Amino acid sequence: MRRTVLPFLLLLLGLSVAAAQNELEIFSWWAGDEGPALEALIEMYEQQHPDVEVINATVTGGAGVTAKAVLKTRMLGGDPPDSFQVHAGQELIGTWVVANRMEDLTPMFEEQGWMDSFPPDVIELISTEGGIWSVPVNVHRSNVIWYVPSNLEEWGVEVPADWNEFVETTCPALQEQGVTPLTVGENWTQQHLWESVVLAELGVDGWRSLWTGNMAFDDDAVVAAWETFGRVLDCTNDDAAGLAWQQATDRVAEGEAAFNVMGDWAAGYMNTTLGLEPGQGFGWAASPGTDGVFMVLSDSFGLPVGSPHRDNAVAWLELIGSKGGQDAFNPLKGSISPRLDSDLSLYNTYGQSAADDYQSDTKVGSLAHGTVANETFMSEFATVMDAYTGTRDARQAAAMSSDLA
Amino acid sequence: MPRHRGAFRPRSNDHVIAVLMLLPTLVLLAVFVYGFIGSTAWMSLTDWGSNPAQALALDPEVAFVGLANYERLFTSGLNARFRQDLVNTFFFTVFFIVGCVSLGLGLAVLLDQRVRGEGFFRTVFLFPFALAFIVTGTIWRWMLQPQGGVNRLPELIGLPPFQFGWLTSRQQVWQFLWQDLPVFLGALLALVALWQVWRTWRRGGRLSAGAWGGVALALAVWTLSGAPGVALPARPETHGFNLAFLGIILASIWQMSGYTMALYLAGLRGISDDLREAGRIDGATEWQLYRHVILPLLGPVTLSAMIILGHISLKIFDLIWAMAGADNAETDVPALLMYLRSFRANRFAEGAAIAIVLLLMVAAVIVPYLRSTLRREKAA
Amino acid sequence: MTATSGTLCRPPRRSGSRVVVYLLLALATLFFLLPIYLVLITALKEPAEISLSSTWRLPRTWHWHSFVLAWEAFAPRLRNSLILAVSATVGSALLGSLNGYILSKWRFRGADIVFPLMLFGMFIPYQSILIPLFQFLRDVGLYGGLPGLILTHIVYGLPITTLIFRNFYAEIPDEMLDAAKIDGAGFFGIYRRIIFPLSVSGFVVVVIWQFTQIWNEFLFAVTLTRQSSQPITVALAQLAGGQAVSWNLPMAGSILAALPTLLIYIVLGRYFIRGLLAGSVKG
Repeated sequence: MRRTVLPFLLLLLGLSVAAAQNELEIFSWWAGDEGPALEALIEMYEQQHPDVEVINATVTGGAGVTAKAVLKTRMLGGDPPDSFQVHAGQELIGTWVVANRMEDLTPMFEEQGWMDSFPPDVIELISTEGGIWSVPVNVHRSNVIWYVPSNLEEWGVEVPADWNEFVETTCPALQEQGVTPLTVGENWTQQHLWESVVLAELGVDGWRSLWTGNMAFDDDAVVAAWETFGRVLDCTNDDAAGLAWQQATDRVAEGEAAFNVMGDWAAGYMNTTLGLEPGQGFGWAASPGTDGVFMVLSDSFGLPVGSPHRDNAVAWLELIGSKGGQDAFNPLKGSISPRLDSDLSLYNTYGQSAADDYQSDTKVGSLAHGTVANETFMSEFATVMDAYTGTRDARQAAAMSSDLA
Repeated sequence: MPRHRGAFRPRSNDHVIAVLMLLPTLVLLAVFVYGFIGSTAWMSLTDWGSNPAQALALDPEVAFVGLANYERLFTSGLNARFRQDLVNTFFFTVFFIVGCVSLGLGLAVLLDQRVRGEGFFRTVFLFPFALAFIVTGTIWRWMLQPQGGVNRLPELIGLPPFQFGWLTSRQQVWQFLWQDLPVFLGALLALVALWQVWRTWRRGGRLSAGAWGGVALALAVWTLSGAPGVALPARPETHGFNLAFLGIILASIWQMSGYTMALYLAGLRGISDDLREAGRIDGATEWQLYRHVILPLLGPVTLSAMIILGHISLKIFDLIWAMAGADNAETDVPALLMYLRSFRANRFAEGAAIAIVLLLMVAAVIVPYLRSTLRREKAA
Repeated sequence: MTATSGTLCRPPRRSGSRVVVYLLLALATLFFLLPIYLVLITALKEPAEISLSSTWRLPRTWHWHSFVLAWEAFAPRLRNSLILAVSATVGSALLGSLNGYILSKWRFRGADIVFPLMLFGMFIPYQSILIPLFQFLRDVGLYGGLPGLILTHIVYGLPITTLIFRNFYAEIPDEMLDAAKIDGAGFFGIYRRIIFPLSVSGFVVVVIWQFTQIWNEFLFAVTLTRQSSQPITVALAQLAGGQAVSWNLPMAGSILAALPTLLIYIVLGRYFIRGLLAGSVKG
């Protein structure tokens, strides 16, 4: 008996020892269409550090929903990756920083001169009193509405100026012609639509005071915004739960539907994957009622406490924060660089327009992508969204979310 | 098998070795099963996950909060999803068992007709059981795409396609108010007690009939006074059967009915041909033979099939993950919610509480079954 | 399994009911095989040819490239699954054989209590031990890799392997053991000389059952491993659950993931069914 078990145990041991080498494991949820941008960064890294083997640990699933659960089991299991992707803002701070699981990056920011190359409002987003917690690699805009200009012309509608116009005029006009007015997909894309609607209904001050605690989630104004959201949902496709965001976008591109509200990674998807020309093949505007407002979300990478190859991870962070790294990454990703000195000529029409807006617009944080809310809140809010799409009870949804806050 | 008992009494030295050799297994299972269940039960009584700073700390400091997590599961508005999950599991279990047992029995009876190519059919009906739930889920997810797969099948014979959203439907039927549930259950239990009164009275057990009568009366009074003392959610809540589950039921029957068929086939093969012949000589038709002789003999097989299937359906996890995603609230079950609450919302204590509720449900099915099976085995 | 004794004296059946029987069997066959047809043709189509409206149509050209891609993506995961399933199967089968031997031939006081308690372990929802298991593996340094997962599967495989071997050895007459004992064989001697050589078909049943179960398992796999140690089920779930999937790849992947257990089932179906029956505690 023993004699058979022993070699077997040795084998197990051998398997577990094989792990410790000169590696860099990067954890992210960028795959498929979003993959090439990350790969460009990894390629740069490999050129600079040929002796390091980069492990690109990607867990697919919209907006990182699946990835976050996997990351959590690993962090809890005492097996952090060397560096991981995380939405800048409360999702990082309210989830990992408060639990003392991240390293302060202030020295790196000072040493690299990033305190001046990143705008102060971005640095504020990723900082607490205790330090700076991640390196933002891009900026995305959440409140964008997408359409195909020639289709709108054919159907005789225009981009609505606010949600009221959309519900009263645009939506019935399109429904009469058998066109889905607005597409939406699985749960998080519904939250994504929600934040655009609520931002429009509450205005910039209202939205901000929701997150500073100055306005309650069951305030009458919020209940009214939920009701508007319900009327908007009445104009959407009825198979939302099963659609990934790309499939919702596809319906607009294919002419089955008129509009889709999605972050501006949709520009990259339509341009690169679907081969549509920005401006002609697809058009965009700030989502109804949010002109002049830029709802910010940002992907960033942090340094977890106990990163197994810390030096390699530090080199990685230095690369992705550099001008060269960001200029390689963002044009491919369809995002813009948060750095002030990025080379705008590298970007397409959409990117340049987004960069202009980023300079001039008022900036607020996104809920669905973790800028203003931590992970627990976001996860609970998904439950609220489910309850609401089932019952359409605005007062109940408002009361439920106020239990959360 | 008591006849083995003490077969080797004289060599008590070897007996000690035997017990020692069993010890590693016993220790492992004591720790990994009972120790860990105990640990989960303890977690469910703490506040682990109540605030972000503590939830994900390397060594979280937790405090004892009693049954607060369980109370929240059954009363807080935010946990309406858990209650819907219980309802989902109930309906899924019923349909899954009914589907597998009837299809499995039907296939077994068909194969029992001395058909040509029996081996081929058996292999075809049983092969899905060898697949991973993840594989089945992936395949059926593609089969059940709203505008393709199954919905396109009618087109092959010239009919218009189905429009049903197998996994995405938001329709709910057989809705009821959660707040009415205690009254329903109370009335049901009272009826069961009344039935017991009738049964025991017929057997002449006056005393126990009286006792059951008391139970029935107490339950009736409690029910009629509106079932007081049960913690209920503050807001009225409707729950019901989510039609999005139909696709999952279909796929799970596809996977597991062959298994039920195999159980029945083994049962049918255990019925002697003499018995069948005797029936035929008495002039029974094939149908009467099955109705009055064979099916009653398959009762025990049905019971074990129902219990095995029932505990699988309570634990169903991978299949739904692969078919509808972990996030689809319409097709959620407690086993998935436990994972989401723990590893996504970071509410570990609540996840532990869900796990314990799940364990209790499974134990309620399995423990009586294990007891009776082992008792029967001992008697044999 | 098939009893043929009664066939000769059976009265001839009406041919009408035979037709109904075969018709029903054909319908059932269709139900079980349609998904397989769909998987195969989808995997063999070119991505551009796959669309919801032509779901059921045969591919215009046979396109094997999806299998190449799926193989490239899955080969390391298949290797993980293989190492996992083989090691955990061997471990749990050997221990289970020993346990079954003890519980059937060396009865001791308390066995009647211990055995049901062991059996209960195979029915529990693993969610109820998941968090402590995970903390335990972290504390002993086994979280994330294959060894931890192997240990987990060995332990939770013990109840079923013990059960199957216990019922299997109960069939071996005690007289054989008595004879060996008179020859002076002890606990290990009897196991080595009598029990183990007679265990071949028991091992086949157990090995097939365990291999299939472990290969197909998902919950432990998704919670206890990092990417590099993921088994195939997790990789498949992630590929298919990803965004804007072109379905040829998940379908080809499904076939790769299903092949090992399917082959075992088709080649060794008889033993497979015996394991399945044992799984319902009937023995």
